[in-house]
Amino acid sequence: MNNKKHLLIVALLIIVVMPITYVILTAVYQLPIAASTQADSIDNMFTGHFILISGLFALVMVFMLYSLFVFRRRPDEEGDGLYIHGNTALEIFWTAAPLVLVVGFAIWGSVMLVDITEAKADEMAIDVTARQWSWSFAYPEQGGYSSIELVLPVNRPIVLQMRSEDVLHDFWVPEFRVKQDLVPGSIEVLRITPNVEGEYKVRCAEICGLNHSGMLADVRVVSQAEFDAWVLEKQSGPDPLSMTPEERGILWFQQFGCGGCHSVDGSDLVGPTWLGLYEREELLEDGTTVIADDDYIRNSILNPASQIVAGYANVMLQTYGEQFAVEEAKYNGQIDIIEDIIAYIKTLEE
Amino acid sequence: MKAILTFTRSRFARALVAGALGLIVAAILVAILNSAHTTWVTPGLEALGVQLPGQLLDLAFWAVAILILLAIVVTAFLSGFGMFHSRRMGRFWYYAAGTALVWGVLGQALTVAIVLFISYLTMGSDFRLTDGNVALAAIFSVIGFLLFSGVLTDWIQWIFGHKTELHHGAPEGEPEWMRYFSVDVNHKVIGIQYAVTSVLVLLVGGTLAIVFRLELSAPGMQLITENTYNTFFSAHGIIMIASILLGVGAMVNYLVPVMIGASDMAFPRLNAFSFWVSIPAALLIVSAMFVDTGFDTGWVGYPPLSTVGSLGIILFLLGFYFNGFASIASAINVLVTVGVMRAKGMALFRMPIFVWTAISASIIQFTATQTVGVALTMVVAQRALGLGFFDPTPVAAGVPVGQPLLYQQLFWFYSHPVVYVFVLPGLGVISELLPVFSRKPLFGYKWVALSSLGIALVGFLVWAHHMFVSGMDDSLRIPFMISTMFVGIPTGVKFFSWLGTLWGGKIIYPTPMLFVLGAISVFLIGGLTGPILATVPTDMHLHDSYWVVGHFHATMFGGFIFPFFAALYYWFPKITGRMYNERLGKLHFWLMVPGFWVMSLGQMRIGLMGMRRRIANYDPALGVEGTQILITIAALVIAWSVLIMLYNLVSSARSAELAPENPWESRSPEWVAPTPLPEFNFDRPIEVVGDPYDYGLADSKYIQTIPAAGD
Repeated sequence: MNNKKHLLIVALLIIVVMPITYVILTAVYQLPIAASTQADSIDNMFTGHFILISGLFALVMVFMLYSLFVFRRRPDEEGDGLYIHGNTALEIFWTAAPLVLVVGFAIWGSVMLVDITEAKADEMAIDVTARQWSWSFAYPEQGGYSSIELVLPVNRPIVLQMRSEDVLHDFWVPEFRVKQDLVPGSIEVLRITPNVEGEYKVRCAEICGLNHSGMLADVRVVSQAEFDAWVLEKQSGPDPLSMTPEERGILWFQQFGCGGCHSVDGSDLVGPTWLGLYEREELLEDGTTVIADDDYIRNSILNPASQIVAGYANVMLQTYGEQFAVEEAKYNGQIDIIEDIIAYIKTLEE
Repeated sequence: MKAILTFTRSRFARALVAGALGLIVAAILVAILNSAHTTWVTPGLEALGVQLPGQLLDLAFWAVAILILLAIVVTAFLSGFGMFHSRRMGRFWYYAAGTALVWGVLGQALTVAIVLFISYLTMGSDFRLTDGNVALAAIFSVIGFLLFSGVLTDWIQWIFGHKTELHHGAPEGEPEWMRYFSVDVNHKVIGIQYAVTSVLVLLVGGTLAIVFRLELSAPGMQLITENTYNTFFSAHGIIMIASILLGVGAMVNYLVPVMIGASDMAFPRLNAFSFWVSIPAALLIVSAMFVDTGFDTGWVGYPPLSTVGSLGIILFLLGFYFNGFASIASAINVLVTVGVMRAKGMALFRMPIFVWTAISASIIQFTATQTVGVALTMVVAQRALGLGFFDPTPVAAGVPVGQPLLYQQLFWFYSHPVVYVFVLPGLGVISELLPVFSRKPLFGYKWVALSSLGIALVGFLVWAHHMFVSGMDDSLRIPFMISTMFVGIPTGVKFFSWLGTLWGGKIIYPTPMLFVLGAISVFLIGGLTGPILATVPTDMHLHDSYWVVGHFHATMFGGFIFPFFAALYYWFPKITGRMYNERLGKLHFWLMVPGFWVMSLGQMRIGLMGMRRRIANYDPALGVEGTQILITIAALVIAWSVLIMLYNLVSSARSAELAPENPWESRSPEWVAPTPLPEFNFDRPIEVVGDPYDYGLADSKYIQTIPAAGD
């Protein structure tokens, strides 16, 4: 057989194999549902890439496998293969053709990137705070209250203003497709327009220490009416000043993400559980024991490294004293957050 | 100076080293016995109702323990003098105490002890491990290793004005095989030292991977704790990188001088230094897993996590740092060797193609390693000296001390190009072997050669694609997206040239060729799954997901592991003079290729579905459990296939039949030279009289021996 016939067969095979590859590829590579307008455009690009992958995969593999089969050495053959050194025209072609492809994709990517990160006219701002290993969300346009779940009205452009209190974290909801690192010391911005109601999860996607895999938060995308109702419920909730210390304790537990490390049901997380903590005898790392009274709890929050409970790592954030001071200033010093927390802990009896 | 040298070469010094080694071995043994004693023997006797008066059992235990300790130390000490030489145990202590490895490790341990002791003297009863004393101990420990192993001896003697000759062959009074455990300057010995160390380190990294793969086969935590998981995946990353760098060192050291017709590397002592400095560096990295709570930062060590966490992080950072010394020194050596030591007629475009990839990789190592060294030392300096390079805490309104992202820029300026250091020599092996087994010239030699340089140069301009979601502005994301896409072009040239080489050949399929083809298929997966990460919108979903894990492992296996294994099989007859077992080789291949495909495609699949990288535990709601089990099974298959290869190579090296002089009928200089290669590679100088890959051109020659004057 001559070269032309070989090439013709290979070309036909590639045309057959390409769609088969695409079908198999998209069966293996499945994206989660797309729940934001950003996800809709990004998924178009995924399709484009999958077609590119299938095409190039078929091209190279068919050529290779065909050569391996047809140009194998038969038992009765001797000597070497064809003396072909190369072909400059071909080399130029297969340098230039991919150039066109990659530039095309780069332009497509640039245009889309500008589009999905652009500020929208009626966007609603939400403040996102991350710390090891919990999230909290504040709604400045709805009165600034704070929540441990992210509730979003459907079809409303959202701008997340995100900051980290300790190390790098990353905000990722796979159904929204976009992600963004949170860098301590600066405010990072991510824009999302959720367009499918449902329940999702924020998953921290940047290694942030011990409990990185558990750093999740609930996301609910709801209708505007449900969102308004939720806002109303949050806003009409009692003023912290009129709550009991125990109730405020629960509020602070959620707002400052204590639950990221301390359970209230006795399960063992990164830190000791709060269930039955008050007046419990704790064995410390240095071998001494201590009774978990008011002073101990206050000291453990303000100077977490000074008294490490045996079996737990010294990983607690050192800045809660400062964070509490900022919050307490809102109430003109009429609230002592640590006292509230201690009151809450006292209710957690075994 | 002279007195010290005489002392270190005396029998007494050897006996001391043997005794010290014995002490370490005995201490480990006693520790094991002690844990058995406290966990089984005492409770066991109590359970049986045996009542022993008070301390009797403990007393008996310690008496036995001290006896064992003394017996081992004394035997080892006396063996060092040459006693007990008729017994295997005696020979073990004797020879072990003569190796640079044991001297170095003892030197490293001793230095750590001295630094910590001085720290104890200054801190008194407050003594504890701190960022400062751990960093100092780690830095000095590397110097201790180098001094004791003898790598620096010649240079120190030069400082004192003594001339030293290059010593060839085994150390005085030692058997030939002791060369491989000594500071040897021959590039082939160093190449084999690199190769064996690389495979051993690969096994350590692989074992860690198997443990956490088993953990991931189900949601929740089953086998290990989260902290152990975090330490294991971090260690897996950096240990594999160390292994790959050693593997690159192995191929480059063994092959480059002989391929260009040189007698050795340009700087043989520096070459030995490159190898030996990577040993204490590797030991620091391994020890980082056991100090404090290990290191949970991943191999990237991003601050602020790395500036606040466990003391192990410091050891990891410094181990990484000292590995860089090996890279830089070795790169200088390769560049100078290729620059000035080529045989007569060995024009640049007539070199074996592997040499092109070696110099491309060396250019990267020589110029980029420094920046990661800076980044790593800045973290250590922030921890030990309080310099706030990466500390975002404001000192005044709006004025932070430092910037965490600065680290990422410095880190990736090296750590992206370095992946091309890993894959370029591997791609060189593919280009080198394909013509031999296709019996055809390499298609488009110049294009393939220049594409390596092209990859190396483009590789310098793409680092920030690792930071697409780190908080970079679009005005930076877009240029880096475009530059990253350009990597595809020289890579494409390589693929198409390989296809051109196969086309019209008379192809044969021994094990090395199978691994080359496996490498092409796996590197194709790795290559094709790259552009989707390069375009920012799709990367915003895939970044830090398992897609990246799948993509990265495909490029590393296709670009390094498969070609490295091909190289081990291909040059095995040259190194050992014997032939590996072909059937076991093929079994290895047919287990590893499907295993890898399943693993890699599975990782990308779960990444798309929302599986984050570096997590110990995952949400069952993602629906990835079935695929996780498949990936774990595939990983186990790969691990077993590698063990089959090791068995094959070790048993064949001991007892297989002798291989023919040139089993692959290669035209390359290393196969034309005698087996085993002479100390200086060629008995007589060679000259280049043709092109390297003119298979199929009748009566053509690549090299010939230069006739001696008067012949």
